[in-house]
Amino acid sequence: MLTEARAWQVLEAVPDPEIPVISVTELGIVREVVATAAGLHVVVTPTYSGCPATEVIAQSIRDALVAAGGGDVTVETRLAPAWTTDWITEPAKEKLRVYGIAPPGGDAPVGPQPIRFVPKKLACPRCGSTDSVRLSEFGSTACKALYRCRSCLEPFEYFKPI
Amino acid sequence: MTQQMTSPEHIEYVLRLGDNALILGQRLSEWCGHAPVLEEDMALANMSLDLIGQARMLLTHAGRLEGRGRDEDQLAFLRTEPNYRNLTLCELPNQDFARTMVRNFLYSSFQKLLWERLMTSSDAELAAIAAKSIKEARYHAQHAGDWVIRLGDGTAESYARAQGALDYLWPYTAEFFVATPVDDTVAAAGVGPAWSELETAWEALAMPVLAEATLTVPARTPFRSYGKFGRHSEHMGHLLAEMQIMQRTYPGAQW
Repeated sequence: MLTEARAWQVLEAVPDPEIPVISVTELGIVREVVATAAGLHVVVTPTYSGCPATEVIAQSIRDALVAAGGGDVTVETRLAPAWTTDWITEPAKEKLRVYGIAPPGGDAPVGPQPIRFVPKKLACPRCGSTDSVRLSEFGSTACKALYRCRSCLEPFEYFKPI
Repeated sequence: MTQQMTSPEHIEYVLRLGDNALILGQRLSEWCGHAPVLEEDMALANMSLDLIGQARMLLTHAGRLEGRGRDEDQLAFLRTEPNYRNLTLCELPNQDFARTMVRNFLYSSFQKLLWERLMTSSDAELAAIAAKSIKEARYHAQHAGDWVIRLGDGTAESYARAQGALDYLWPYTAEFFVATPVDDTVAAAGVGPAWSELETAWEALAMPVLAEATLTVPARTPFRSYGKFGRHSEHMGHLLAEMQIMQRTYPGAQW
């Protein structure tokens, strides 16, 4: 049987399947870990409504905890409070940048937002130049937009604030 | 523990939200592999995914409220046409990129307002779904709004297609605000607003963007569509045939 503290440690080593340099805990996906009579109950929250990694993540969490001796592991999906990029830790944001993904800049938008996209000066994660252009609002995944640096000419993805 | 009976109006209101997401998600998915440029292929597929995710949450919730044991898949794939409650706007064929973008703009700008009101629903699960969905709707509306302006205030060709799209789609937006006893019941219970309440706010949001796109908004005519009442256009049958065929041929099949 695992203690809650030990279970959190195990989960800190479970990578996000799409961005393997950060863990599901650093992303703020894991909300609660509760020791039960038979094992562990984990509460997770989905990032985007249609994120195809959601089920994979839940399975990875279950597998990791069972492998570590967690006993009977149940995973519950909770929608509220809604996931926000504000929950991504600062060290995790630096890991994103080193990996080549521009981390979410500023706080997630709340309240009424302008219909028009207001381009922001994104720093290229490789060379640091802010002379970048957005190629697509949606990149390889719904959570990321696609940019190109006009200085070093490399493409990079941007983890959109939400 | 006794379960409070959910009113049929409450269930129908949730189904309407779920069906809009499902049917529009289905239409956007048709662009996968066929969009004019790769970046928009990715955008349309990802937005379709967002909508299908919302549909899953909403249909699962509707199924639970209904209490007849129907899950998200049974509701999505096994109902007959008159039992779908989506707006006719959502089932219309994509036609071309301009019509797709104008439709996305008209729909997602309306959804932003609706989700905002639903965040304070007396139905806690619906409020939670709204708090998630509004974040995605904001990005959809920004993407579509940008394109509507680029296309409208673009070349002669893009302007003609964007204006043609608006001429074709505008009459279907009247349906957003058609009064229905379902909305009255739901509003009285604090579950959500009557959609007719959102007309002024929606026009305030949509009109400036259409003006900046140099597009002319058609005058309102008596035409009304009735998809949200289950009376769909001739396009719905074809859409459902494609969407449902796998589940109907192989009941219970899973990926």
